[in-house]
Amino acid sequence: MSILRSLASRDRVFDFLVPVESPVDVRHGPILYLEDVTVSFDGFKAINDLNLTIDDGELRCIIGPNGAGKTTMMDIITGKTRPDSGKVWFGSRHDLLAMNEPQIASLGIGRKFQKPTVFEALTVFENLELAMAADKRILPTLTARMNGEIRDRIDEVLKTIGLAELRVRQAGILSHGQKQWLEIGMLLMQRPRLLLVDEPVAGMTEQEMERTAELLTGLAGKQSVVVVEHDMGFVRSIARKVTVLHQGSVLAEGSMDQVSSDPRVVEVYLGAEAEEEV
Amino acid sequence: MQSRSWLMRPFGERSTLIFLAVLLAAMALVTLMHLAVPPGHSLHVSAYTVNLFGKYLSYALLAVAVDLVWGYLGILSLGHGAFFAMGGYAMGMYLMRQIGDRGVYGHPVLPDFMVFLNWDSLPWYWHGFDMAGFAFLMVLLAPGALALIFGFLAFRSRVTGVYLSIITQALTFALMLAFFRNEMGFGGNNGLTDFREILGFNLRSSETRLGLFLASGVALAVGYLLCRAIVTSKLGRVCVATRDAEARTRFLGYRVERFQLFVFVVSAMLAGLAGALYVPQVGIINPSEFSPLFSIEIVLWVALGGRATLYGAVIGAILVNYAKTVFTGVMPDAWLFALGGLFVLVTVFLPRGVAGLLSLRLRRRRDADASFSAKEASA
Repeated sequence: MSILRSLASRDRVFDFLVPVESPVDVRHGPILYLEDVTVSFDGFKAINDLNLTIDDGELRCIIGPNGAGKTTMMDIITGKTRPDSGKVWFGSRHDLLAMNEPQIASLGIGRKFQKPTVFEALTVFENLELAMAADKRILPTLTARMNGEIRDRIDEVLKTIGLAELRVRQAGILSHGQKQWLEIGMLLMQRPRLLLVDEPVAGMTEQEMERTAELLTGLAGKQSVVVVEHDMGFVRSIARKVTVLHQGSVLAEGSMDQVSSDPRVVEVYLGAEAEEEV
Repeated sequence: MQSRSWLMRPFGERSTLIFLAVLLAAMALVTLMHLAVPPGHSLHVSAYTVNLFGKYLSYALLAVAVDLVWGYLGILSLGHGAFFAMGGYAMGMYLMRQIGDRGVYGHPVLPDFMVFLNWDSLPWYWHGFDMAGFAFLMVLLAPGALALIFGFLAFRSRVTGVYLSIITQALTFALMLAFFRNEMGFGGNNGLTDFREILGFNLRSSETRLGLFLASGVALAVGYLLCRAIVTSKLGRVCVATRDAEARTRFLGYRVERFQLFVFVVSAMLAGLAGALYVPQVGIINPSEFSPLFSIEIVLWVALGGRATLYGAVIGAILVNYAKTVFTGVMPDAWLFALGGLFVLVTVFLPRGVAGLLSLRLRRRRDADASFSAKEASA
């Protein structure tokens, strides 16, 4: 239909003749750029003049007490929530506020939710196969064949997430941590440019946390990764740069040592945690 | 593992090959015992029994169609009897037109019941059914079209679970009430009957009955292979993913409602085909096939046989219907109690149905194979 419509309009070149440009422009450095973003729900400002820049290939941790606006920020980036004001840019070409959720997802922003959801009746391999970027209409899906290229891609991700041994096992038998890795793998199959990861290590054992840390630091560089996390020890083990959110805006930013010695941060967050521990 | 074309894939599966071998052996055995063993011999299979088996096979195909949507898509259809009956009516209309002027009233075109109702011409939707090709096409298209419209509305509004089951139930109930009415032009509560010939073969001859039995067997084999090809394709895995985590599947970029619609329509067409094979073998189609009770019974066959295996549905349909034949012959009043009891027993002791028993062995072997190939791959 859209082809017909573009044939009918005479004022410009047919849409389908315009070359598809490379999706994300990161020549100027940042892959994600939030400026003066404000959102309020019933008068309560969940996000208040938030400014945040994520560089291409960076691994960034976002911490902050409950209600600091971490999840709302993720919702804005993925298009689930519309801010009242402000700018959100992906690279220097894409205005995310002008796009809907599927468009943003297809640009290469993958989001990992807190609770792992994998297809339990399918094998690990099949979970990755379904997640792969491919023609997802009915007939191409019905007649889809496995070829060497696809298998190599799945094997590569299996190796990255450390589940190569379990490829033919049903996802339902995986441990909580393994399901989290599988879900990250499912995001990777779509070749994202930016991964948003929400509390990846909640409920994990020490060992699983270590492996998750390895996994996430390994991903950075190839993808940009933004991790929202509560667990301070985990953040310390992976973060090069930490952003502290408080009441909807950035309170501090820098290395873990810098922010943890910042008196304001100690007061609102680390202090509170310290008190809890006492 | 997946390099074959999707239609050929089932032939690489052990379970499908076993199923086909058993089905073909059974068909050959029945044919042989019917033709080669003289009547009166204890091993002789009578034309009546051949006919009965043919009926079971058409039920088995219906059960496979239900298992496709219930087992793999998670849609519990309590209205598949409607698609079965529509296929049956399409076949019945063809058989009615074949009677020609040999009816009780001797009208050259109109079936008896229309003459009886003082109609002077054929309703528009009865045209074309004198041609076998058109009628057989409608056997697939009529249920398919109903499923397409119904499914489009239901899946688009994301009706799922119990609500969808109830709506399918209402669908078949509404159709039953409609088909009971004389002015619908489908023979009212008497339905269509008194058939004589199919494609020129006398329906009452034992050769035709054997032919219909074999045709049902072939249809079951083809339907089974088609369903198997669907469930072993990537589309089949999308179906299972939809069944278990619909929102997640949508999030991966699959238009879930379209996949549901596609599989639902395929299933409805298979159910229609089963109905079309059933009608000439029992010699009548009436609105009781639309009854909600019948649709629920189909689900029972699948549950007893084992959901999401396809061959389990076949086993369940044949087992329950054989038991029904035996029971209703010996003590008719006890049949429903026996069915209820059987269902309770299977749910308690065989939660995965009769097929669960069989697949246990197969699965163990497959797991052994799988871990072996995993080792091979990592080495």
